[in-house]
Amino acid sequence: MSAYPSAGELLESVSHFLRDALLPSLRGAEAFNVRISINAIDLVRREITMRDAADDRERGRLARLLGGGASLEAMRQTLCEKIASGALTLDQPGLRQHLRATAVDRLAIDQPTYSAYLAAVAGNPAHRSNNGDAPGS
Amino acid sequence: MSDPAQSPLADKLETLLVRLRFGTLREGSLKRLTGGANQETWAFDAVDGANVTELILRRLSEDALPSKDTITPECEANLIRRAGEYGVPTATVRHILEPRDNLGRGFISERIGGEALARRILRDAAFAELRPRLAYQCGTILARIHAIPLNKLPPLRTSFAAEQLDELYETYRSFGAGSPVYEVAFRWLRARLPAKVSASRLLHGDFRNGNLIVGPDGVRAVLDWELAHIGDPAQDLGWMTVNSWRFGVIDKAAGGFGSVEQLLDGYRAEGGEAIDTERVRYWRIFGSLRWGLICRAMASPAQAGTPIPVERAMIGRRISETELDLLDILAPEATR
Repeated sequence: MSAYPSAGELLESVSHFLRDALLPSLRGAEAFNVRISINAIDLVRREITMRDAADDRERGRLARLLGGGASLEAMRQTLCEKIASGALTLDQPGLRQHLRATAVDRLAIDQPTYSAYLAAVAGNPAHRSNNGDAPGS
Repeated sequence: MSDPAQSPLADKLETLLVRLRFGTLREGSLKRLTGGANQETWAFDAVDGANVTELILRRLSEDALPSKDTITPECEANLIRRAGEYGVPTATVRHILEPRDNLGRGFISERIGGEALARRILRDAAFAELRPRLAYQCGTILARIHAIPLNKLPPLRTSFAAEQLDELYETYRSFGAGSPVYEVAFRWLRARLPAKVSASRLLHGDFRNGNLIVGPDGVRAVLDWELAHIGDPAQDLGWMTVNSWRFGVIDKAAGGFGSVEQLLDGYRAEGGEAIDTERVRYWRIFGSLRWGLICRAMASPAQAGTPIPVERAMIGRRISETELDLLDILAPEATR
């Protein structure tokens, strides 16, 4: 019974209150900013449920690409350096898929209504449930 | 803002309107408009006898972020005046704020009726007949902007792809943790710098769906000139086609309402130089990268330790949209 309601459920309650009870009484800039605040809360809710799994997938792909494991931050930085120096290019098997899968996972949290995200998900069913592994991995 | 008529802003504005002989502030007319994360926009009416003038006050917000890419509000106002003289649809500037006005930095312009919200322009029935012609018309307007003689302009910086890329990379590095997608894009853009352009042109810098006031008859005003500079004219054309400015209508590259070819047809018909679609594509990629870094910059606190205003904070999370847009051009899904 510990930590009930969950963080996500608490945020859902707050989001509901803002949308249904507060927003209808507001106009202009205040309504605009409350609408953005609701979007921010919904983004955080998605991040709470999806981020860990997305990070695990990214970590797995990076370890395969770079041949060996390290922290996620360190591997991201190594990948940046290898691309900047020209040591890794888009011809490298797996790099294109890694970059696309990472961008799609991030948009699933940040902005799942974005046109390019919807197109990517429609064109690649592996992303649809957002729990399948990346294509080509 | 429960009673704007009593606010200090309304009092100061009233004083100014009387001094300028614009009339008096119509009670209850002062309203803050949304849009523009770095600038405040207020709508109000000036009443002089039976005459009502619909006006806009645009000024820097108090927590505006300093940027060397943006021109001052005074310069912006002068540029808008000049563009109007050269046949560009603009909202006529009526007054540039002075220190004695005690209203900050900005200007007062006419309020143009019409629609500025990009999604409505793309979806409302009122614009259904206009939409197929709108990309062509945007091309003609850009050609007019690019034809304004440089010696008629307030001082503006000159900047082409190479130096802008160096500056953007420096900005990118200053944000700390890197993005592999941005590293790919920077390398790609540096390896394919456009050939020296025939002539330097005045660029609007942010010409896109969302910065236009549109009526069923067409574009009535081009807004938001604060990113204006001198450079490669193809930059404005490419920026117009960035996916972020298609507002969901992904298959219509020019603003979500038309094609690159229509945009270029209008551009040439009004005397613009021949620019091919490859050069527009280069600046589209450049534009996505630039937009992402603008998003990141907007999500920085004005002062360390102060909260980021919520609109700007959420814009920070739009970096990921530019990463996928960049990949869709540079690294599309392998055909399987």
